[in-house]
Amino acid sequence: MTERLSNAQIAWRAAQDIADGAYVNLGIGFPEMVAQFQPAGRQAIFHTENGILGFGEAPAPGEEDWDLINAGKKAVTLKAGAAFFHHADSFAMVRGGHLDVAILGAYEVAETGDLANWSTGPKGVPAVGGAMDLVHGAKRVAVLTDHVTKDGRPKLVKRCSLPLTGVGCVTRVYTSLAVIDIVCRRFVLREKLPALPVDRLQAMTGAELALDGPVGDLTAPDL
Amino acid sequence: MDKTVASLAEAVAGIGDGASVMIGGFGGAGAPIELIHALIDRFLATGSPKKLTVINNNAGNGHVGLAALIEQGMAHKLTCSFPRSADPRVFTEKYLAGDIELDLVPQGTLAERIRAGGAGIPAFYTPTAYGTQLADGKPVEEFDGRPYVRERWLKADFALVKAECADPFGNLTYRMAARNFNPLMCMAAAVAIAQARRIVPAGGIDPEHVATPGIFVQRVVEVPDPRQEEALNRAGAHHP
Repeated sequence: MTERLSNAQIAWRAAQDIADGAYVNLGIGFPEMVAQFQPAGRQAIFHTENGILGFGEAPAPGEEDWDLINAGKKAVTLKAGAAFFHHADSFAMVRGGHLDVAILGAYEVAETGDLANWSTGPKGVPAVGGAMDLVHGAKRVAVLTDHVTKDGRPKLVKRCSLPLTGVGCVTRVYTSLAVIDIVCRRFVLREKLPALPVDRLQAMTGAELALDGPVGDLTAPDL
Repeated sequence: MDKTVASLAEAVAGIGDGASVMIGGFGGAGAPIELIHALIDRFLATGSPKKLTVINNNAGNGHVGLAALIEQGMAHKLTCSFPRSADPRVFTEKYLAGDIELDLVPQGTLAERIRAGGAGIPAFYTPTAYGTQLADGKPVEEFDGRPYVRERWLKADFALVKAECADPFGNLTYRMAARNFNPLMCMAAAVAIAQARRIVPAGGIDPEHVATPGIFVQRVVEVPDPRQEEALNRAGAHHP
């Protein structure tokens, strides 16, 4: 029995909610895995904020073109129908409500929809990139995350303790244990691992889990 | 009209101490390595320019391009969104030692501030950074029930950009994702200087394909085989 979903399985679950023809921005790192799990028969168009719509997978080693990179500065390829544009147009796509979904990582998500995912505090060199832009404007802002930190503390909380990326911006959270919507400043449980009792899930969550309608089984294939 | 200059040294002439310089590129894509190195070479020969304010998305990588400029101590302030890279040691050490000031700006806000600077729009409102520490002290106003942060335009004395093709009128095309900040910076700088892989005669660029109209560009210089930051770093290159 699965005790928790792997990162690949969380990404797979998020991919099931992406409609055919959706315009999607995937955050750097873990969320990039979502692109591998598009359901058969659906094609999303991936946006990278440095100026490409319609990029594809990484090229073979040695085939990189360093003018063709994603926001993580990794080499990518183009799909038929791709487009290039400058940064002001790229962020117009982001803030202007043109993206269907942005999928991001998180340090903390609050029941209010606040997200902290850019800074762990004042140490070192601060860097924000496009994180604060990407949380605004997409029709859905989804987060992929482990349900708890490596040392077992909840990542879904009442109020974020780390510096905020955005206020009231997250609409759905896919975790290693559950799928949770944020509705009217509350966490609403939509799916959970079948063998996990609600009270145990609640104990690993830093704010109240509201039940509003049926709770589905969160399942994913072995990946 | 001919905006072509014969050498890289001539292209970067007039960039003096204390100048503000926008440098195009996102990471290595679109980074005008040869123009930056020409500026470093002048500094090494003459001690100028120094105390530059540099505007770029990043803070350099390795020991070439922008990282090399910072390594020489030519910049006293950097405005950027993401001062991290595969090898950010040059900037990190200067920053932690207090030798360079960092003005951190969200990436889309940086792009729009530059666009606004070029478009004659002194300020605008954006949802980005509302309620975060990067909006501390900035005016907030509600529009249709949502709060937005007021941001100011950003202009510069000079822009250094990398183009694919140029003509004597300064019309530019770019190559793939090397476009990024380059068209915006041409608009926002008093003097925009473009290095281009090819300079073609007037009429050599289809007007339908011009990405930056020449009115935004003051100098063009041909660099037929431009180097790429990633390739240089993989080879362990340093400049000088």
